[in-house]
Amino acid sequence: MAQMTMIQAITDALRTELKNDENVLVFGEDVGKNGGVFRATEGLQAEFGEERVFDTPLAESAIGGLAIGLGLEGYRPVPEIQFFGFVYETMDSINGQMARMRYRSGGKHHSPITIRSPFGGGVHTPELHADSLEGLIAQQPGVKVVIPSTPYDAKGLLIASIRDNDPVVYLEHMKLYRSFRGEVPEEEYTIELGKADVKREGKDVTIVTYGAMVHASLKAAEELEKQNIDVEVIDLRTVSPIDIDTILASVKKTNRVVIVQEAQRQAGIAAHVATEIQERAILHLEAPILRVAAPDTVYAFSEAEEVWLPNHQDIIEKVQAVINF
Amino acid sequence: MKHVLESVESKFEMFQILNEDGKVVNKDAMPELSDDELKELMRRMVYTRILDQRSIALNRQGRLGFYAPTAGQEASQLGSHFALEKEDFILPGYRDVPQLIWHGLPLYQAFLFSRGHYHGNQMPEGVHALSPQIIIGAQYIQAAGVGLGMKMRGKKAVAITYTGDGGTSQGDFYEGINFAGAYDANCIFMVQNNGFAISVPREKQTKAKTLAQKAVAAGIEGIQVDGMDVLAVYAATKHARERAIEGKGPMLIETMTYRYGPHTMAGDDPTRYRTSDLDSEWEKKDPLVRFRKFLEDKKLWSEEDENKVIEEAKDDIKKAIKEADKYPKQKVTDLIGHMFEELPTNLKEQMEEYKEKESK
Repeated sequence: MAQMTMIQAITDALRTELKNDENVLVFGEDVGKNGGVFRATEGLQAEFGEERVFDTPLAESAIGGLAIGLGLEGYRPVPEIQFFGFVYETMDSINGQMARMRYRSGGKHHSPITIRSPFGGGVHTPELHADSLEGLIAQQPGVKVVIPSTPYDAKGLLIASIRDNDPVVYLEHMKLYRSFRGEVPEEEYTIELGKADVKREGKDVTIVTYGAMVHASLKAAEELEKQNIDVEVIDLRTVSPIDIDTILASVKKTNRVVIVQEAQRQAGIAAHVATEIQERAILHLEAPILRVAAPDTVYAFSEAEEVWLPNHQDIIEKVQAVINF
Repeated sequence: MKHVLESVESKFEMFQILNEDGKVVNKDAMPELSDDELKELMRRMVYTRILDQRSIALNRQGRLGFYAPTAGQEASQLGSHFALEKEDFILPGYRDVPQLIWHGLPLYQAFLFSRGHYHGNQMPEGVHALSPQIIIGAQYIQAAGVGLGMKMRGKKAVAITYTGDGGTSQGDFYEGINFAGAYDANCIFMVQNNGFAISVPREKQTKAKTLAQKAVAAGIEGIQVDGMDVLAVYAATKHARERAIEGKGPMLIETMTYRYGPHTMAGDDPTRYRTSDLDSEWEKKDPLVRFRKFLEDKKLWSEEDENKVIEEAKDDIKKAIKEADKYPKQKVTDLIGHMFEELPTNLKEQMEEYKEKESK
């Protein structure tokens, strides 16, 4: 099996679907000739031509609108928003338009669109590049939000997202792009959207997390093992909708939960997951559900990033707190 | 240093075929329309004027919901629509229900749209259109996508989208015409300049002398048209359509028009921002009066013809309201069912919850 970085797995998934379905179109700022600022679309224009893989003028709102219009003409658009901090420019196209297309038209039209976008902290970007804004999209009914944490998941989830007949926002954590390689089958495969994955089994505490925090959580779990604390790590993979069944099965086994997100604490995915758990399984809980999250400031200027971002040490402290409650 | 603004702006002259007295002032531009087609144009304008009057009355009786009056804008709306073919795709603004109706949306569905029933948005098979867009300008960027898709598919069809004078201030307006220009997409961008964005006058939207000249920055053709002259609007749109399907790129058409009524029926009072002098100045330019004179001179229209259309419209409206009344009430479970192709767990649970509630 091939060893790939996450960015290679993403390119591989795009190539697979460009080959499989002539209606798949890949476009955005710098995605054509340049292959994307992170090279996610490297070589695709040369392979599939300028009609299938193309550069757009520099305007995120119209990239969203273009995708909607192409979707109405039977295409399967895969636009890129160069950095997810620029999503505000195209918020209406996502939350106001494509998420409502099926609903608004009573099922007559739909938006089979996958918006890919890099996000996530720890790589010293200027402002509005690194923010975790998945919660903004997760609050909007009608659009799915997918965040892979490994190269294997990245490929299977992206192929599934592209084949989905409803809009998907597919977020790629920049820190994970090239930080490690993983096994990725060369053949095509899909991972069902809306299904979480138990990345590590354990019996004492459940950590529910996603994105780069999966790796911080796994690192914390390794250290906690030395303290005889057996941690289960659930990778949501899709943050909207949430796979509540996988979470509940784990909570009923461990009776203790820590939810970890890179995003700020206020009004986020972790808050939603915590509420779902307490509504459905409060009598299974031996301790309050605790959260590890960034503080409620605007995303940190890059010199303060290392402290601002949640890390494995923060996770260890919260796990110990729910164990010792 | 050479300044070009004045010379560029001065080139945008209003295109007109029929003057206010119904006389042809631009014979060379006369579109090739048969007598029957000319009569049909008149029929549609009269019908739509009656529909507007009845819709306002029905709204006041509480029998319709959201309604944006159309009287005054018939030439802009129906002249441009008359230049289209069945396969063309319409992305309308909130006032552009008449174009949808003449494109094939049954009247009872237009009424259901007004009432806030999703069936009003379900375009019948073969009616290529979206329901009216509420966000000002969003339809412009979507039209660029539809037009690009048509071009890539090799279709001899266009995407046509409508906004108003206020819409030209939106970012999406510029992004839409710019993208469509960059891709030579099969698009027609209509701006129905009725002088007011709710209450804000056109002069406060922009320093630009015309809205049509905004096309220049996008590198596409733009034209200002007398929006009370149905023949001029038709001819301009026909021309734009032919260019677009030949691969010559999109065109921006500004129609100079006026809405006689309020912005919508939800409490807008035009006397707060318009004078009655201005109203009567525009009423003299009325598209129906002008075209009626033109047709009467050609012995193509009579009082009898007019009354026949009025009766036809009233009769259709009566039947359509009955049909709308009879249409099954919408349920929350219908709405849940339209969220995704396959329902995720949360919506499956909520579907069960609302099935239970709605069965009581």
